[in-house]
Amino acid sequence: MKFLIELREQGRANDLAALLEYIPYARFLGLCVHQLGDEIITELPAAPHLTGNPNLPAVHGGVVGAMLEMTAILKLLHDTDCERLPKTVDVSFNYLRPVRADHSTYGRATVTRQGRRVANVRCDLWQAERAKTVATSHGHFVLAPLVADEPGPARET
Amino acid sequence: MNDHLSHIAHAGALGLRYHDSGEDFVELALPYDEHLVGDPDTGVIHGGAITALLDNAAGFAGRPPRTTMAEIAIATLDLRIDYMGPATPGRTVIGRATCYHRTRSITFVRAVAYHDSPDDPIATGTATFMTGTPNAPRPLPGSESNGGDRAGDRGSANRGTDDRGAA
Repeated sequence: MKFLIELREQGRANDLAALLEYIPYARFLGLCVHQLGDEIITELPAAPHLTGNPNLPAVHGGVVGAMLEMTAILKLLHDTDCERLPKTVDVSFNYLRPVRADHSTYGRATVTRQGRRVANVRCDLWQAERAKTVATSHGHFVLAPLVADEPGPARET
Repeated sequence: MNDHLSHIAHAGALGLRYHDSGEDFVELALPYDEHLVGDPDTGVIHGGAITALLDNAAGFAGRPPRTTMAEIAIATLDLRIDYMGPATPGRTVIGRATCYHRTRSITFVRAVAYHDSPDDPIATGTATFMTGTPNAPRPLPGSESNGGDRAGDRGSANRGTDDRGAA
């Protein structure tokens, strides 16, 4: 990813907020990120266009899934030197409680196991109370090759 | 179907549309749009958009017959997505969902995202939903526990709709 390489060249490899700004889908969701040392916390502020069930009201399950996936990817970008976005192989989402559409949602990822090619990442989301997990995910991601100047395929599965 | 979609603010924001349905499937379409892009270098849409498409299509397929969103909530319990390959930039993605088993309160759905044929998938998914909970405003977090308990607490006030899903 050109932008990722630029950031690394500028010594801003860990500027995840700048990276999110570069990804149109993250801007569409309104996702932001807080970096407290090596702790990465994502935040999805409440917004009307994220609602899935207007009666509760609850955030759309797909938005919850997207946030979990993004949280995992940001954690991997922070922890590794990969120069392309990690690619999702599979993710399993568990929805534990209604995700209120009128409250911000926070997310945190843990890399359970990182091999050379594939990483195994768990994430959880919470809202007003940290102890009350609203959703979790568990997924596998392919890490991009570590060599910067090797011409890779334009698109890779 | 479009009436169902119009209740869902995020479906509108994504640009989801009804595409097709049949005896045992429902299809939604996700037209390509700049705001869905996950990698600006390639223009490939983000996996999260595919997740939202499949979650939504699966929710429609899993809804108990002849119920509306105003009556019955569909709560996703579990969703698993496998990504086979990137969506082609510029092309609409179709999400097809099939309900393959239904109990009184739980629905099992398979879903696939594709461009031309379900046999050439971009992603596949399986989902389980809890159905049969009346759709009403809930108390704030802190005063409620998990989904299973909620169904138990409120299932009796369900105007008999719990039984409808059992067929």
